[in-house]
Amino acid sequence: MGMLEIRNLSLSLNGHEILSELNLDLWEGYVHAVVGPNGAGKSTLAFTIMGLEGYRGFSGEIVFDGRSLHELSIDERARLGITLGWQEPARYEGLTVGKFVQVGSKEHNPEVTAELLAKVGLPPGRYMQRAVDKTLSGGERKKVELASLVAMKPRLVMLDEPDSGIDIESLRRIREAIGLLKEQGATVLLITHSLEVLSWAEHAFLLCCGRVVDKGNVDKIAGYFRDKCVPCDHRNRPELNGALANG
Amino acid sequence: MDNAELIGLAKIHAAVKDPDVAHLVIGLNKVITSNTVPGLEVEVVEKSDEVRIGVYLKPEVRVAKPVHMCFGLVQEAGIQKINLDLNIERDSAVDIIAHCVFPNATDVQHLMDAQINIAANARYTYFERHIHSPAGGITVVPKAVVELGSGARFKTDFELIQGRVGVIDIDYTTTCRDHSVMEMVAKVSGRGDDVIKIRETGHLIGEYARGALLSRVAVRDRARADVYNRLTASAAHARGHVDCKEIILDDGVASATPIVEVNHPKAHVTHEAALGSVDTKQLETLMSRGLSEDEASDLIVAGLLT
Repeated sequence: MGMLEIRNLSLSLNGHEILSELNLDLWEGYVHAVVGPNGAGKSTLAFTIMGLEGYRGFSGEIVFDGRSLHELSIDERARLGITLGWQEPARYEGLTVGKFVQVGSKEHNPEVTAELLAKVGLPPGRYMQRAVDKTLSGGERKKVELASLVAMKPRLVMLDEPDSGIDIESLRRIREAIGLLKEQGATVLLITHSLEVLSWAEHAFLLCCGRVVDKGNVDKIAGYFRDKCVPCDHRNRPELNGALANG
Repeated sequence: MDNAELIGLAKIHAAVKDPDVAHLVIGLNKVITSNTVPGLEVEVVEKSDEVRIGVYLKPEVRVAKPVHMCFGLVQEAGIQKINLDLNIERDSAVDIIAHCVFPNATDVQHLMDAQINIAANARYTYFERHIHSPAGGITVVPKAVVELGSGARFKTDFELIQGRVGVIDIDYTTTCRDHSVMEMVAKVSGRGDDVIKIRETGHLIGEYARGALLSRVAVRDRARADVYNRLTASAAHARGHVDCKEIILDDGVASATPIVEVNHPKAHVTHEAALGSVDTKQLETLMSRGLSEDEASDLIVAGLLT
């Protein structure tokens, strides 16, 4: 039994089945990873758990702490402790970094906010009053978002491609922030196709064509993903083999 | 409540008491209090139906502290008409903060007609802050014709910081000569049956003149906003940008008409306009932190209007 249990989850978008009878359990306090090639359904899985617009017409069950998420809105899920870090974080004209980081926090303490910003590598004196807008780089916004997630003290945090568009130093900061989340007791779900990010996890799922095709030890999943997934044998979708092999 | 309380509502007690700060407070069409500083001349003519104000800043005078002007009316009904003739001479600089305070308006008109001349290499900023009644109940019609000399700088910023819009009809036209810079910003949030009209026009007629017209508007309930921005460039190396964002909530209606006109092959003007509901990703990000949809929308709109 996990804190999050997904049973027979299927979701179609524009007539295409993206998630297909997917089953998955997340254990509380663990750093999990979902790995898989582009189009495997990784981000869709995270968006469906979060309940984003367009991702709510699923069949199957998503149960968090014994409670079905089916009828819950995004904010209701967030108030249960579920949250999401986007691959490409949103930009906000006029909303300051300090204010944004505090949005999900119960403390609203500027000192705590400053401390968090420093931990993700953003000097608070330079960033607190800046807007979360196009003047911040993608990597800076990613760090701001991570600080906001840590400030929220979530129970389940999903990070969609946390390494996308950032440099090596920032990658170290992001890994440290994931460590902070784990210290807080959060369950982390990393959505990735990076073997490095996968290595941060304690447990992994291999996703292919909307299904979990393997799970368990990170090294085992990494080895399979590295050696066999590209090109993928699509063992859950043998009918696609020919089409994919032909490009 | 009497006219003196306009000062309290505008939160300019300290400024009015400071002899180094120039100020002018007008209730309806009467001067309540005024002060000036060296180099800055202010002449006021009170008439039964309007007040005429002449402001003259001598050459090479840089006014250190912002000048506070307060135009208001504490009564529920009335017409305040301001005729402003402002001349900023060469190489001088002044910042004016205008507090327009109508806290009890149910049937008020605030009409402003301004002729503004900013001479060569002078700098003038005009920040207009409005306080209206919770019911709106006011029609605000600020009109200004602004002329910028060579190398002059002009910035105007309009904000409603409290109360409802009522009806607002902004009409500013600025002409920029060589190497001058202008920026006109209007930020307004309408609700109820508010009506917002913003007409901002800029003419970049001198070489290397630069101009930006920025509008940020949110409309809720049944409010309506029409933004008309026109920017022309007719000289070499003139550069301009028109930027309009309008967020529409509930049954609000918004339109944007950006017109850019370039009459010189070495001039360049760009425009962008975005109208519609709150951006889904922005909204969902804030909701994923636990804000309700309304709370998230309010925060996004507040940011836009900051």
